[in-house]
Amino acid sequence: MAANAEGLRRDARLEQLRLFGLCSPALLLVLVILVIPVGWLFWLSFVGADGTFSLENYERMIASKSYSRIFVTTIEVSLLTTGLCIMIGYPLAYFLSQLPPRVANLCMITVLLPFWTSLLVRTYAWLVLLQRQGLLNDWGISLGLWEEPVALVHNMTGTLIGMVHIMLPFLVLPVYGSMKAIDRDYMKAAANLGAHPVRAFWTVFAPLSLPGLMAGALIVFVLCLGFFVTPAVLGGGKVIMVSMRIATNIEMFVNWGAASALGVVLLVLTLAILWAASRFLGLDRIAGAA
Amino acid sequence: MSWLSAPASETQVTHGQRLWLYILSGVIMLLLVAPTLIVIPMSFSDSQYLEFPPEIWSTRWYQHYFGSPEWMAATFTSLKAAFLTMLVATPLGVLAAYGLHVSRFPFARAVFVLMITPMMAPVILVAVGAFYVYAKAGLLYTMASLVMSHSVLALPLVVIVTGSALKSFDMNLEMAARSLGAPRWKAFLTVTLPQIRFAVITGALLSFLTSFDEVVVAMFISGGDNATLTRNMFNALRDQIDPTIASISTVMIVLTSLLMAVAQVFGAARGGPKGDR
Repeated sequence: MAANAEGLRRDARLEQLRLFGLCSPALLLVLVILVIPVGWLFWLSFVGADGTFSLENYERMIASKSYSRIFVTTIEVSLLTTGLCIMIGYPLAYFLSQLPPRVANLCMITVLLPFWTSLLVRTYAWLVLLQRQGLLNDWGISLGLWEEPVALVHNMTGTLIGMVHIMLPFLVLPVYGSMKAIDRDYMKAAANLGAHPVRAFWTVFAPLSLPGLMAGALIVFVLCLGFFVTPAVLGGGKVIMVSMRIATNIEMFVNWGAASALGVVLLVLTLAILWAASRFLGLDRIAGAA
Repeated sequence: MSWLSAPASETQVTHGQRLWLYILSGVIMLLLVAPTLIVIPMSFSDSQYLEFPPEIWSTRWYQHYFGSPEWMAATFTSLKAAFLTMLVATPLGVLAAYGLHVSRFPFARAVFVLMITPMMAPVILVAVGAFYVYAKAGLLYTMASLVMSHSVLALPLVVIVTGSALKSFDMNLEMAARSLGAPRWKAFLTVTLPQIRFAVITGALLSFLTSFDEVVVAMFISGGDNATLTRNMFNALRDQIDPTIASISTVMIVLTSLLMAVAQVFGAARGGPKGDR
Protein backbone atom coordinates (compact mmCIF):
# COMPACT_ATOMS: atom_id res chain seq x y z
CA MET A 1 0.00 0.00 0.00
CA ALA A 2 2.66 2.50 1.11
CA ALA A 3 4.78 1.81 -1.95
CA ASN A 4 1.75 2.30 -4.14
CA ALA A 5 0.91 5.66 -2.54
CA GLU A 6 4.52 6.73 -2.91
CA GLY A 7 4.44 5.84 -6.60
CA LEU A 8 1.23 7.76 -7.15
CA ARG A 9 2.69 10.80 -5.49
CA ARG A 10 5.77 10.57 -7.69
CA ASP A 11 3.60 10.28 -10.78
CA ALA A 12 1.62 13.34 -9.72
CA ARG A 13 4.81 15.31 -9.18
CA LEU A 14 6.10 14.23 -12.58
CA GLU A 15 2.81 15.25 -14.19
CA GLN A 16 3.02 18.67 -12.54
CA LEU A 17 6.53 19.10 -13.86
CA ARG A 18 5.49 18.06 -17.35
CA LEU A 19 2.60 20.53 -17.32
CA PHE A 20 4.89 23.21 -16.09
CA GLY A 21 7.16 22.37 -19.00
CA LEU A 22 4.49 23.79 -21.28
CA CYS A 23 5.61 27.22 -20.10
CA SER A 24 9.23 26.58 -20.97
CA PRO A 25 9.23 27.76 -24.62
CA ALA A 26 7.71 31.09 -23.62
CA LEU A 27 9.96 31.29 -20.60
CA LEU A 28 13.02 30.60 -22.73
CA LEU A 29 12.04 33.37 -25.14
CA VAL A 30 11.63 35.91 -22.33
CA LEU A 31 14.92 34.84 -20.75
CA VAL A 32 16.95 35.04 -23.97
CA ILE A 33 15.39 38.19 -25.43
CA LEU A 34 14.66 40.17 -22.28
CA VAL A 35 16.31 38.97 -19.08
CA ILE A 36 19.79 38.20 -20.38
CA PRO A 37 20.16 41.42 -22.42
CA VAL A 38 18.89 43.56 -19.54
CA GLY A 39 21.22 41.71 -17.18
CA TRP A 40 24.03 42.51 -19.58
CA LEU A 41 23.10 46.19 -19.51
CA PHE A 42 23.09 46.01 -15.73
CA TRP A 43 26.66 44.72 -15.87
CA LEU A 44 27.71 47.37 -18.43
CA SER A 45 26.41 50.13 -16.18
CA PHE A 46 29.12 49.23 -13.66
CA VAL A 47 31.95 49.30 -16.21
CA GLY A 48 33.85 52.56 -16.47
CA ALA A 49 35.54 54.17 -19.47
CA ASP A 50 38.77 52.26 -18.76
CA GLY A 51 37.00 48.92 -18.81
CA THR A 52 37.21 48.12 -15.09
CA PHE A 53 34.55 48.04 -12.41
CA SER A 54 33.51 51.50 -11.39
CA LEU A 55 30.55 53.51 -10.23
CA GLU A 56 31.40 56.47 -12.46
CA ASN A 57 28.24 56.11 -14.56
CA TYR A 58 26.08 56.50 -11.50
CA GLU A 59 28.28 59.19 -9.97
CA ARG A 60 27.97 61.23 -13.14
CA MET A 61 24.20 60.86 -13.01
CA ILE A 62 24.09 62.29 -9.49
CA ALA A 63 26.64 65.04 -10.10
CA SER A 64 25.46 66.26 -13.50
CA LYS A 65 22.76 68.92 -13.65
CA SER A 66 21.56 67.81 -17.09
CA TYR A 67 20.77 64.31 -15.83
CA SER A 68 18.83 65.48 -12.80
CA ARG A 69 16.86 67.79 -15.09
CA ILE A 70 15.94 64.83 -17.28
CA PHE A 71 14.64 62.90 -14.29
CA VAL A 72 12.69 65.89 -13.04
CA THR A 73 11.15 66.37 -16.51
CA THR A 74 10.25 62.68 -16.75
CA ILE A 75 8.51 62.65 -13.39
CA GLU A 76 6.86 66.00 -14.04
CA VAL A 77 5.46 64.86 -17.39
CA SER A 78 4.30 61.55 -15.92
CA LEU A 79 2.57 63.17 -12.94
CA LEU A 80 0.87 65.83 -15.07
CA THR A 81 -0.30 63.26 -17.61
CA THR A 82 -1.64 60.99 -14.86
CA GLY A 83 -3.40 63.90 -13.13
CA LEU A 84 -5.01 65.13 -16.34
CA CYS A 85 -6.04 61.59 -17.27
CA ILE A 86 -7.78 61.20 -13.90
CA MET A 87 -9.57 64.54 -14.26
CA ILE A 88 -10.77 63.73 -17.78
CA GLY A 89 -11.11 59.96 -17.55
CA TYR A 90 -12.99 59.58 -14.28
CA PRO A 91 -16.08 61.59 -15.36
CA LEU A 92 -16.07 59.79 -18.71
CA ALA A 93 -15.89 56.37 -17.04
CA TYR A 94 -18.70 57.40 -14.68
CA PHE A 95 -20.82 58.54 -17.62
CA LEU A 96 -20.21 55.24 -19.45
CA SER A 97 -20.99 53.17 -16.36
CA GLN A 98 -24.39 54.86 -15.98
CA LEU A 99 -25.55 54.17 -19.53
CA PRO A 100 -27.72 51.23 -20.55
CA PRO A 101 -25.41 48.42 -21.79
CA ARG A 102 -26.26 48.81 -25.46
CA VAL A 103 -25.52 52.55 -25.55
CA ALA A 104 -22.46 52.06 -23.34
CA ASN A 105 -21.00 49.54 -25.79
CA LEU A 106 -21.53 51.98 -28.63
CA CYS A 107 -19.86 54.81 -26.72
CA MET A 108 -17.08 52.44 -25.70
CA ILE A 109 -15.97 52.33 -29.34
CA THR A 110 -14.75 55.91 -28.95
CA VAL A 111 -12.42 54.68 -26.20
CA LEU A 112 -11.37 51.46 -27.91
CA LEU A 113 -10.76 52.85 -31.40
CA PRO A 114 -7.90 55.11 -30.28
CA PHE A 115 -6.71 52.30 -28.00
CA TRP A 116 -6.22 50.04 -31.00
CA THR A 117 -4.93 52.69 -33.39
CA SER A 118 -1.19 52.94 -33.86
CA LEU A 119 0.50 55.24 -31.39
CA LEU A 120 2.59 56.74 -34.16
CA VAL A 121 -0.49 57.57 -36.22
CA ARG A 122 -2.13 59.31 -33.28
CA THR A 123 1.03 61.26 -32.48
CA TYR A 124 1.27 62.28 -36.13
CA ALA A 125 -2.35 63.42 -36.10
CA TRP A 126 -1.66 65.75 -33.18
CA LEU A 127 1.45 67.06 -34.87
CA VAL A 128 -0.61 67.99 -37.92
CA LEU A 129 -3.40 69.56 -35.87
CA LEU A 130 -1.22 71.56 -33.50
CA GLN A 131 1.47 72.89 -35.84
CA ARG A 132 1.81 76.57 -36.74
CA GLN A 133 -0.25 76.30 -39.93
CA GLY A 134 -2.36 73.59 -38.30
CA LEU A 135 -6.09 73.33 -37.93
CA LEU A 136 -6.23 74.50 -34.32
CA ASN A 137 -4.24 77.66 -35.01
CA ASP A 138 -6.38 78.38 -38.10
CA TRP A 139 -9.57 78.02 -36.11
CA GLY A 140 -8.24 79.98 -33.15
CA ILE A 141 -7.28 82.91 -35.36
CA SER A 142 -10.44 82.90 -37.46
CA LEU A 143 -12.55 82.81 -34.30
CA GLY A 144 -10.54 85.72 -32.92
CA LEU A 145 -9.30 83.77 -29.90
CA TRP A 146 -5.70 84.73 -30.60
CA GLU A 147 -4.02 86.96 -33.17
CA GLU A 148 -0.90 85.11 -34.26
CA PRO A 149 -0.12 81.40 -34.52
CA VAL A 150 0.55 80.03 -31.04
CA ALA A 151 3.25 77.43 -30.39
CA LEU A 152 1.08 74.48 -29.45
CA VAL A 153 3.56 71.78 -30.39
CA HIS A 154 7.31 71.16 -30.09
CA ASN A 155 7.01 72.04 -26.43
CA MET A 156 5.54 70.80 -23.15
CA THR A 157 1.95 71.68 -24.14
CA GLY A 158 2.01 69.51 -27.25
CA THR A 159 3.69 66.64 -25.40
CA LEU A 160 1.04 66.69 -22.68
CA ILE A 161 -1.86 66.88 -25.15
CA GLY A 162 -0.51 63.90 -27.08
CA MET A 163 0.31 61.84 -24.01
CA VAL A 164 -3.03 62.42 -22.30
CA HIS A 165 -4.81 61.41 -25.51
CA ILE A 166 -2.78 58.22 -25.76
CA MET A 167 -2.98 57.29 -22.07
CA LEU A 168 -6.67 58.05 -21.48
CA PRO A 169 -8.01 54.59 -22.48
CA PHE A 170 -5.58 52.94 -20.04
CA LEU A 171 -7.31 54.86 -17.25
CA VAL A 172 -10.90 54.71 -18.48
CA LEU A 173 -11.01 50.92 -18.99
CA PRO A 174 -10.08 49.81 -15.42
CA VAL A 175 -12.12 52.61 -13.82
CA TYR A 176 -15.12 51.66 -15.93
CA GLY A 177 -14.65 48.01 -14.94
CA SER A 178 -14.59 48.79 -11.23
CA MET A 179 -17.60 51.11 -11.52
CA LYS A 180 -19.63 48.46 -13.32
CA ALA A 181 -18.87 46.05 -10.49
CA ILE A 182 -20.42 48.35 -7.86
CA ASP A 183 -23.79 47.07 -6.69
CA ARG A 184 -26.38 49.68 -7.61
CA ASP A 185 -28.43 48.83 -4.53
CA TYR A 186 -25.82 50.60 -2.38
CA MET A 187 -26.77 53.91 -3.98
CA LYS A 188 -30.44 53.14 -3.49
CA ALA A 189 -29.78 52.37 0.16
CA ALA A 190 -27.86 55.62 0.59
CA ALA A 191 -30.72 57.59 -0.98
CA ASN A 192 -33.22 55.70 1.14
CA LEU A 193 -31.32 56.69 4.26
CA GLY A 194 -31.68 60.29 3.25
CA ALA A 195 -28.31 61.05 1.67
CA HIS A 196 -28.28 63.80 -0.92
CA PRO A 197 -27.20 62.38 -4.32
CA VAL A 198 -23.92 64.29 -4.14
CA ARG A 199 -23.22 62.94 -0.69
CA ALA A 200 -24.21 59.43 -1.72
CA PHE A 201 -21.76 59.66 -4.62
CA TRP A 202 -18.82 60.85 -2.54
CA THR A 203 -19.35 58.61 0.48
CA VAL A 204 -20.52 55.42 -1.25
CA PHE A 205 -19.74 55.33 -4.95
CA ALA A 206 -16.38 57.13 -5.12
CA PRO A 207 -14.63 55.04 -2.41
CA LEU A 208 -15.83 51.83 -4.09
CA SER A 209 -14.43 52.94 -7.43
CA LEU A 210 -11.09 53.90 -5.87
CA PRO A 211 -9.25 50.56 -6.44
CA GLY A 212 -9.97 50.76 -10.16
CA LEU A 213 -8.85 54.37 -10.24
CA MET A 214 -5.64 53.53 -8.40
CA ALA A 215 -4.87 50.67 -10.77
CA GLY A 216 -5.55 52.82 -13.81
CA ALA A 217 -3.53 55.77 -12.54
CA LEU A 218 -0.66 53.45 -11.72
CA ILE A 219 -0.60 51.93 -15.21
CA VAL A 220 -0.67 55.40 -16.77
CA PHE A 221 2.13 56.66 -14.55
CA VAL A 222 4.37 53.66 -15.13
CA LEU A 223 3.83 53.68 -18.89
CA CYS A 224 4.55 57.43 -18.96
CA LEU A 225 7.90 56.95 -17.24
CA GLY A 226 9.17 54.92 -20.18
CA PHE A 227 7.52 56.95 -22.93
CA PHE A 228 9.59 57.64 -26.00
CA VAL A 229 7.78 58.24 -29.28
CA THR A 230 5.28 60.95 -28.32
CA PRO A 231 7.66 63.27 -26.44
CA ALA A 232 10.28 62.76 -29.16
CA VAL A 233 7.88 63.88 -31.91
CA LEU A 234 5.70 66.42 -30.08
CA GLY A 235 8.32 67.73 -27.67
CA GLY A 236 10.55 69.05 -30.43
CA GLY A 237 13.73 68.52 -28.41
CA LYS A 238 12.48 70.70 -25.56
CA VAL A 239 11.03 67.86 -23.49
CA ILE A 240 13.79 65.31 -22.87
CA MET A 241 12.65 62.17 -21.07
CA VAL A 242 14.91 59.45 -19.68
CA SER A 243 14.25 57.00 -22.50
CA MET A 244 15.10 59.64 -25.10
CA ARG A 245 18.41 60.33 -23.37
CA ILE A 246 19.17 56.60 -23.39
CA ALA A 247 18.65 56.56 -27.15
CA THR A 248 20.87 59.61 -27.72
CA ASN A 249 23.58 58.19 -25.50
CA ILE A 250 23.75 55.18 -27.77
CA GLU A 251 23.01 56.61 -31.19
CA MET A 252 25.13 59.77 -30.91
CA PHE A 253 27.70 59.23 -28.18
CA VAL A 254 27.93 55.41 -28.28
CA ASN A 255 28.25 55.56 -24.52
CA TRP A 256 26.91 52.20 -23.36
CA GLY A 257 27.85 52.71 -19.74
CA ALA A 258 25.89 55.93 -19.34
CA ALA A 259 22.91 54.60 -21.29
CA SER A 260 22.84 51.38 -19.24
CA ALA A 261 23.00 53.25 -15.94
CA LEU A 262 20.04 55.39 -16.98
CA GLY A 263 18.19 52.28 -18.08
CA VAL A 264 18.86 50.51 -14.79
CA VAL A 265 17.57 53.49 -12.79
CA LEU A 266 14.47 53.69 -14.99
CA LEU A 267 13.80 49.96 -14.62
CA VAL A 268 14.36 49.96 -10.85
CA LEU A 269 12.02 52.94 -10.50
CA THR A 270 9.33 51.21 -12.57
CA LEU A 271 9.63 47.89 -10.74
CA ALA A 272 9.69 49.56 -7.33
CA ILE A 273 6.46 51.40 -8.06
CA LEU A 274 4.81 48.24 -9.41
CA TRP A 275 6.01 46.20 -6.45
CA ALA A 276 4.79 48.74 -3.91
CA ALA A 277 1.46 48.98 -5.70
CA SER A 278 1.03 45.21 -5.93
CA ARG A 279 1.27 45.07 -2.12
CA PHE A 280 -1.78 47.31 -1.90
CA LEU A 281 -3.74 46.41 -4.98
CA GLY A 282 -2.79 42.88 -5.88
CA LEU A 283 -1.01 41.98 -9.09
CA ASP A 284 -4.03 40.51 -10.81
CA ARG A 285 -5.86 43.78 -10.62
CA ILE A 286 -2.96 45.62 -12.25
CA ALA A 287 -2.49 42.99 -14.94
CA GLY A 288 -6.23 42.83 -15.48
CA ALA A 289 -6.49 46.59 -15.66
CA ALA A 290 -3.90 46.64 -18.38
CA MET B 1 -38.85 68.53 -21.62
CA SER B 2 -39.99 65.56 -19.62
CA TRP B 3 -36.76 63.64 -20.27
CA LEU B 4 -34.74 66.32 -18.49
CA SER B 5 -36.77 65.98 -15.32
CA ALA B 6 -36.94 62.20 -15.41
CA PRO B 7 -34.76 60.41 -12.83
CA ALA B 8 -31.49 59.11 -14.29
CA SER B 9 -30.07 57.11 -11.41
CA GLU B 10 -30.85 55.21 -8.25
CA THR B 11 -30.47 58.40 -6.26
CA GLN B 12 -33.17 60.10 -8.35
CA VAL B 13 -30.79 62.57 -9.99
CA THR B 14 -32.58 63.88 -13.07
CA HIS B 15 -31.15 63.92 -16.58
CA GLY B 16 -31.32 67.70 -16.40
CA GLN B 17 -29.05 67.78 -13.38
CA ARG B 18 -26.66 65.49 -15.22
CA LEU B 19 -26.62 67.52 -18.42
CA TRP B 20 -23.14 68.88 -17.63
CA LEU B 21 -21.83 65.31 -17.42
CA TYR B 22 -23.41 64.37 -20.75
CA ILE B 23 -21.95 67.42 -22.47
CA LEU B 24 -18.51 66.96 -20.91
CA SER B 25 -18.42 63.26 -21.83
CA GLY B 26 -19.57 64.04 -25.36
CA VAL B 27 -16.74 66.52 -25.80
CA ILE B 28 -14.19 64.04 -24.40
CA MET B 29 -15.40 61.24 -26.67
CA LEU B 30 -15.21 63.58 -29.65
CA LEU B 31 -11.68 64.60 -28.70
CA LEU B 32 -10.70 60.93 -28.38
CA VAL B 33 -11.78 60.01 -31.89
CA ALA B 34 -11.65 63.21 -33.96
CA PRO B 35 -7.88 63.82 -34.10
CA THR B 36 -7.25 60.41 -35.63
CA LEU B 37 -10.20 60.48 -38.00
CA ILE B 38 -9.47 63.99 -39.28
CA VAL B 39 -6.27 62.65 -40.84
CA ILE B 40 -8.36 60.67 -43.32
CA PRO B 41 -9.88 63.62 -45.26
CA MET B 42 -6.65 65.55 -44.88
CA SER B 43 -4.72 62.80 -46.63
CA PHE B 44 -6.78 63.45 -49.78
CA SER B 45 -5.62 67.07 -49.94
CA ASP B 46 -3.57 68.22 -52.91
CA SER B 47 -1.64 70.74 -50.82
CA GLN B 48 1.80 70.28 -49.33
CA TYR B 49 0.37 71.63 -46.06
CA LEU B 50 -2.39 69.21 -45.17
CA GLU B 51 -5.62 71.20 -45.24
CA PHE B 52 -8.98 70.54 -43.68
CA PRO B 53 -11.26 70.55 -45.50
CA PRO B 54 -9.00 70.12 -48.54
CA GLU B 55 -9.41 72.86 -51.16
CA ILE B 56 -8.44 70.54 -53.97
CA TRP B 57 -9.02 66.84 -53.49
CA SER B 58 -6.44 64.48 -54.86
CA THR B 59 -4.87 61.09 -54.33
CA ARG B 60 -1.37 62.33 -54.98
CA TRP B 61 -0.03 61.29 -51.57
CA TYR B 62 -1.45 57.80 -52.06
CA GLN B 63 0.20 57.60 -55.46
CA HIS B 64 3.41 58.70 -53.82
CA TYR B 65 3.06 55.99 -51.14
CA PHE B 66 2.04 53.14 -53.39
CA GLY B 67 4.53 54.21 -56.07
CA SER B 68 7.53 54.33 -53.78
CA PRO B 69 9.59 51.11 -53.67
CA GLU B 70 11.03 52.07 -50.24
CA TRP B 71 7.63 52.58 -48.62
CA MET B 72 6.27 49.42 -50.22
CA ALA B 73 9.24 47.36 -49.06
CA ALA B 74 8.84 48.73 -45.53
CA THR B 75 5.12 47.95 -45.54
CA PHE B 76 5.81 44.41 -46.68
CA THR B 77 8.46 43.99 -43.97
CA SER B 78 6.05 45.20 -41.30
CA LEU B 79 3.25 42.91 -42.46
CA LYS B 80 5.62 39.94 -42.59
CA ALA B 81 7.04 40.68 -39.13
CA ALA B 82 3.54 41.12 -37.68
CA PHE B 83 2.32 37.87 -39.21
CA LEU B 84 5.33 35.90 -38.00
CA THR B 85 5.06 37.47 -34.53
CA MET B 86 1.46 36.33 -34.40
CA LEU B 87 2.53 32.81 -35.37
CA VAL B 88 5.23 32.71 -32.67
CA ALA B 89 3.58 34.56 -29.78
CA THR B 90 0.13 32.97 -29.96
CA PRO B 91 1.04 29.28 -29.53
CA LEU B 92 3.77 30.05 -26.98
CA GLY B 93 1.41 32.27 -25.01
CA VAL B 94 -1.49 29.80 -25.10
CA LEU B 95 0.77 26.94 -24.01
CA ALA B 96 2.19 29.00 -21.18
CA ALA B 97 -1.22 30.20 -20.01
CA TYR B 98 -2.51 26.63 -20.02
CA GLY B 99 0.57 25.33 -18.20
CA LEU B 100 0.29 28.03 -15.55
CA HIS B 101 -3.43 27.39 -15.19
CA VAL B 102 -3.29 23.63 -14.63
CA SER B 103 -0.04 23.20 -12.76
CA ARG B 104 0.19 23.93 -9.08
CA PHE B 105 3.92 24.42 -9.31
CA PRO B 106 5.28 26.58 -6.48
CA PHE B 107 7.02 29.01 -8.84
CA ALA B 108 3.99 29.44 -11.12
CA ARG B 109 3.31 32.89 -9.70
CA ALA B 110 6.87 34.09 -10.28
CA VAL B 111 6.83 32.70 -13.81
CA PHE B 112 3.59 34.56 -14.54
CA VAL B 113 5.10 37.80 -13.28
CA LEU B 114 8.20 37.26 -15.40
CA MET B 115 6.08 36.65 -18.49
CA ILE B 116 4.08 39.84 -18.12
CA THR B 117 7.16 41.98 -17.39
CA PRO B 118 7.75 42.90 -21.06
CA MET B 119 4.46 44.78 -20.91
CA MET B 120 5.54 46.92 -17.97
CA ALA B 121 9.27 47.30 -18.52
CA PRO B 122 10.27 50.44 -20.43
CA VAL B 123 10.42 49.48 -24.14
CA ILE B 124 13.62 51.42 -24.62
CA LEU B 125 15.32 48.92 -22.34
CA VAL B 126 14.02 45.99 -24.37
CA ALA B 127 15.22 47.77 -27.51
CA VAL B 128 18.68 48.69 -26.28
CA GLY B 129 19.26 45.29 -24.69
CA ALA B 130 18.24 43.50 -27.88
CA PHE B 131 20.39 45.85 -29.95
CA TYR B 132 23.44 45.01 -27.86
CA VAL B 133 22.93 41.25 -27.89
CA TYR B 134 21.93 41.01 -31.56
CA ALA B 135 24.93 43.13 -32.54
CA LYS B 136 27.24 40.70 -30.70
CA ALA B 137 25.52 37.71 -32.29
CA GLY B 138 25.54 39.26 -35.77
CA LEU B 139 21.74 39.15 -35.94
CA LEU B 140 21.14 42.87 -36.31
CA TYR B 141 18.73 43.96 -39.06
CA THR B 142 17.42 40.42 -39.65
CA MET B 143 13.77 39.41 -39.76
CA ALA B 144 14.35 36.63 -37.21
CA SER B 145 15.67 38.99 -34.55
CA LEU B 146 12.83 41.45 -35.12
CA VAL B 147 10.21 38.72 -34.80
CA MET B 148 11.79 37.36 -31.60
CA SER B 149 11.79 40.78 -29.95
CA HIS B 150 8.25 41.56 -31.03
CA SER B 151 7.09 38.15 -29.81
CA VAL B 152 8.42 38.93 -26.33
CA LEU B 153 6.41 42.16 -26.36
CA ALA B 154 3.26 40.39 -27.58
CA LEU B 155 3.55 37.38 -25.26
CA PRO B 156 2.07 39.05 -22.13
CA LEU B 157 -1.10 39.98 -24.03
CA VAL B 158 -1.69 36.41 -25.19
CA VAL B 159 -0.94 35.01 -21.72
CA ILE B 160 -3.30 37.45 -19.99
CA VAL B 161 -6.17 37.15 -22.49
CA THR B 162 -5.95 33.33 -22.66
CA GLY B 163 -5.38 33.02 -18.92
CA SER B 164 -8.52 34.96 -18.06
CA ALA B 165 -10.53 32.85 -20.51
CA LEU B 166 -9.21 29.68 -18.87
CA LYS B 167 -10.29 30.99 -15.46
CA SER B 168 -13.90 31.05 -16.59
CA PHE B 169 -13.61 27.68 -18.36
CA ASP B 170 -14.92 24.66 -16.46
CA MET B 171 -11.92 22.33 -16.26
CA ASN B 172 -14.27 19.44 -15.38
CA LEU B 173 -15.12 19.28 -19.08
CA GLU B 174 -11.53 18.45 -19.88
CA MET B 175 -11.51 15.99 -16.97
CA ALA B 176 -14.54 14.27 -18.45
CA ALA B 177 -12.80 13.89 -21.80
CA ARG B 178 -9.73 12.47 -20.11
CA SER B 179 -11.72 10.06 -17.97
CA LEU B 180 -13.26 8.79 -21.21
CA GLY B 181 -9.78 7.93 -22.41
CA ALA B 182 -8.56 10.98 -24.31
CA PRO B 183 -4.92 11.80 -23.75
CA ARG B 184 -4.29 15.21 -22.26
CA TRP B 185 -3.22 16.87 -25.54
CA LYS B 186 -6.25 15.50 -27.32
CA ALA B 187 -8.60 16.65 -24.55
CA PHE B 188 -7.04 20.11 -24.76
CA LEU B 189 -7.27 20.36 -28.54
CA THR B 190 -10.80 19.01 -28.89
CA VAL B 191 -12.48 20.24 -25.70
CA THR B 192 -10.64 23.14 -24.08
CA LEU B 193 -9.26 24.98 -27.10
CA PRO B 194 -12.61 25.30 -28.91
CA GLN B 195 -14.07 26.79 -25.72
CA ILE B 196 -11.38 29.46 -25.38
CA ARG B 197 -10.97 30.10 -29.10
CA PHE B 198 -12.26 33.68 -28.97
CA ALA B 199 -9.62 34.62 -26.44
CA VAL B 200 -6.97 32.93 -28.57
CA ILE B 201 -8.11 34.82 -31.66
CA THR B 202 -8.13 38.10 -29.73
CA GLY B 203 -4.64 37.32 -28.46
CA ALA B 204 -3.46 36.58 -31.99
CA LEU B 205 -4.88 39.85 -33.34
CA LEU B 206 -3.30 41.78 -30.48
CA SER B 207 0.06 40.14 -31.26
CA PHE B 208 -0.26 41.16 -34.89
CA LEU B 209 -1.03 44.77 -33.98
CA THR B 210 1.67 44.91 -31.31
CA SER B 211 4.28 44.06 -33.88
CA PHE B 212 2.78 46.12 -36.68
CA ASP B 213 2.58 49.29 -34.55
CA GLU B 214 5.85 48.84 -32.70
CA VAL B 215 8.33 51.73 -33.15
CA VAL B 216 11.07 51.80 -30.55
CA VAL B 217 12.48 48.28 -30.86
CA ALA B 218 12.18 48.45 -34.65
CA MET B 219 14.08 51.72 -34.61
CA PHE B 220 17.08 50.04 -33.06
CA ILE B 221 17.15 46.56 -34.52
CA SER B 222 15.48 46.85 -37.91
CA GLY B 223 17.16 48.47 -40.86
CA GLY B 224 18.49 47.98 -44.35
CA ASP B 225 16.23 45.65 -46.28
CA ASN B 226 14.31 44.84 -43.11
CA ALA B 227 13.37 48.37 -42.04
CA THR B 228 9.79 48.44 -40.82
CA LEU B 229 7.08 50.87 -41.86
CA THR B 230 6.86 52.50 -38.42
CA ARG B 231 10.62 52.97 -38.29
CA ASN B 232 10.63 54.84 -41.59
CA MET B 233 7.56 56.83 -40.58
CA PHE B 234 9.19 57.87 -37.33
CA ASN B 235 12.35 58.97 -39.12
CA ALA B 236 10.30 60.92 -41.66
CA LEU B 237 8.37 62.62 -38.84
CA ARG B 238 11.54 63.82 -37.19
CA ASP B 239 12.67 65.68 -40.29
CA GLN B 240 9.51 67.40 -41.50
CA ILE B 241 5.78 66.84 -41.85
CA ASP B 242 5.68 64.71 -44.97
CA PRO B 243 2.07 64.51 -46.28
CA THR B 244 2.76 60.95 -47.48
CA ILE B 245 2.59 59.95 -43.80
CA ALA B 246 -1.05 61.06 -43.78
CA SER B 247 -1.89 58.56 -46.53
CA ILE B 248 0.03 55.79 -44.75
CA SER B 249 -1.75 56.68 -41.50
CA THR B 250 -5.09 56.38 -43.25
CA VAL B 251 -4.17 52.93 -44.54
CA MET B 252 -3.12 51.92 -41.00
CA ILE B 253 -6.34 53.28 -39.47
CA VAL B 254 -8.39 51.29 -41.96
CA LEU B 255 -6.38 48.14 -41.24
CA THR B 256 -6.76 48.59 -37.46
CA SER B 257 -10.49 49.24 -37.74
CA LEU B 258 -10.89 46.07 -39.79
CA LEU B 259 -9.00 43.99 -37.23
CA MET B 260 -11.02 45.59 -34.43
CA ALA B 261 -14.24 44.74 -36.22
CA VAL B 262 -13.05 41.14 -36.60
CA ALA B 263 -12.27 41.02 -32.89
CA GLN B 264 -15.68 42.49 -32.04
CA VAL B 265 -17.33 39.79 -34.10
CA PHE B 266 -15.31 37.18 -32.23
CA GLY B 267 -16.23 38.58 -28.83
CA ALA B 268 -14.63 41.08 -26.54
CA ALA B 269 -12.19 43.40 -28.26
CA ARG B 270 -10.83 44.53 -24.96
CA GLY B 271 -7.32 43.38 -24.43
CA GLY B 272 -4.11 44.55 -22.95
CA PRO B 273 -2.11 47.54 -24.00
CA LYS B 274 -0.01 47.70 -27.09
CA GLY B 275 3.56 46.72 -26.58
CA ASP B 276 4.70 50.11 -27.70
CA ARG B 277 4.52 53.38 -25.90
